[in-house]
Amino acid sequence: MSELSKLKISEARDALKKGEVTSVELTEACLSEIDKAGTLNAFVHKTPEVALEQAKAADARKDGGDLNGIPLGIKDLFCTKGVATQAASGILEGFKPEYESTVTTQLFGQGAVMLGKLNMDEFAMGSSNETSVYGNAVNPWKRGNDAAELTPGGSSGGSASAVAADLCLGATGTDTGGSIRQPAAFAGITGIKPTYGRVSRWGIVAFASSLDQAGPMTKDVRDSAIMLSAMSGHDPKDSTSADIAVPDFEAALTGDIRGKVIGIPKEYRMDGMPEEISKLWADGTAMLKDAGAEIRDITLPHTKYALPAYYVIAPAEASSNLARYDGVRFGHRAKLDAGDGITEMYEKTRAEGFGHEVQNRVMIGTYVLSAGFYDAYYNRARKVRALIKRDFENVFADGVDAILTPATPSSAFELGAMKDADPVQMYLNDVFTVTVNLAGLPGVAVPAGVDKDGLPLGLQLIGRPWEEGELLNTAYALEKAAQFVAKPSRWW
Amino acid sequence: MSIDTETARRVAKLARIQVPEDKLPALADEFSAILGFIEQLNEVDVDGIEPMTSVTPQRLKRRDDVVTDGDQQKAVLKNAPDAREGFFAVPKVVE
Repeated sequence: MSELSKLKISEARDALKKGEVTSVELTEACLSEIDKAGTLNAFVHKTPEVALEQAKAADARKDGGDLNGIPLGIKDLFCTKGVATQAASGILEGFKPEYESTVTTQLFGQGAVMLGKLNMDEFAMGSSNETSVYGNAVNPWKRGNDAAELTPGGSSGGSASAVAADLCLGATGTDTGGSIRQPAAFAGITGIKPTYGRVSRWGIVAFASSLDQAGPMTKDVRDSAIMLSAMSGHDPKDSTSADIAVPDFEAALTGDIRGKVIGIPKEYRMDGMPEEISKLWADGTAMLKDAGAEIRDITLPHTKYALPAYYVIAPAEASSNLARYDGVRFGHRAKLDAGDGITEMYEKTRAEGFGHEVQNRVMIGTYVLSAGFYDAYYNRARKVRALIKRDFENVFADGVDAILTPATPSSAFELGAMKDADPVQMYLNDVFTVTVNLAGLPGVAVPAGVDKDGLPLGLQLIGRPWEEGELLNTAYALEKAAQFVAKPSRWW
Repeated sequence: MSIDTETARRVAKLARIQVPEDKLPALADEFSAILGFIEQLNEVDVDGIEPMTSVTPQRLKRRDDVVTDGDQQKAVLKNAPDAREGFFAVPKVVE
């Protein structure tokens, strides 16, 4: 039975259609794997009753689509009706939404099965899943025989861990600065952040609204294409959702990238880049060239300023979005002392409910938006953001079809390793991914090799806006050439 | 730019987050580190550049100004830490 949870979405879909397996069997196999994987701390709210009910309904359905009967994990950031949704924060303790997010509505509408909610960094703020109120999610990968537990990355750390450990067939993630792509790279799986506006943000707990996008995290490129088609589409409830037709992304996977122009940006060659990352990048470049693509050196001159711009814009938007957590309408309210008024209620509730990183970012955001600093910080960052976007527009206008970069500056690091580091050190995890959010572009992380300890390493491909199909096809060509088949050996 | 304890206290107050007095110096240090990192933005020539308001050039959709939802009092109050008689309850606001 446990073999069933190892299936890819495309394999399970085909087996379901042929009647070789039922959704209930698939779902039970995943639920059993989840129960045995408590030490990974990937699933933080299990929903076996919901799952089995959805699985039975899927089995009874005659004309199900691609996701009919497929068991998935859902990041804790997605509101799920009647099921705990906490954004991994203490301030949303006990919150059970009265409504369903658009993404999960679409997934369930197409027959997908929810196994439970997945661990993440609190409010998606973090790159190691260490800011979660549920405790750390753990990467199923280890360095050879070293017992040290590694981070699955963040913020979608639970999603990455669950997919890599075959606890589910696929998972939802969200990406504000790299939160799908960095954990995907750390866990040896595929994840795509689509073009801003492709997927509705309605019902997803907001972090930084101009940067947030949801996307799939899966075992291969084909599965990402299948899931992305199901998650995408215009939604009147999200005013930034684009009214653009959603193509069949899976149909775009021909593997033929002959004549495509792949840009290699020199600014991504960072000082002190580990040899293994440089080699991976060079190998990936050679693979795309062998597949018939034209390789071109390009320049994205404002790359260096993406992280500092992000650390103005994202906290600014977060400070505004997180103002709603005031102890009045939902979630935690602090116990008050005699004589405490409403201000004390706000201050104590937010001090108790928010973790350290979230408090810091809310306060940084408050500072950069405050009178006297708004122009110097916030407006300047928005101008730099315009320049970062223009860099990309220039190379695309010159005929570049996609850009190849490393996904992360290292492989997965040890949990706790960054405990005493400057916060800026943690931020550097997103150095290759954050530009993509600032420019609103689609970006996909594909596993492409392993480091000396056998840990997975990922490459990132960045595409033109709204051309996720072509981007996924390039990723598919890279996947075929890289032949990444390694799996973590089971210790949990 | 270095942030002093007084500024950290003021920002915490603006953000409505209670920070104990003895934690303020460490908080000020963290802010200084992050703002020091952000200072790099001053190197960029942004003359004549409009601050970005929307990453995709699109006009926000409009809809008819009509009631689309309502009569959801129970659902709205369902998650409230303190709801009474159909209202959210909070400590006394007006003396």
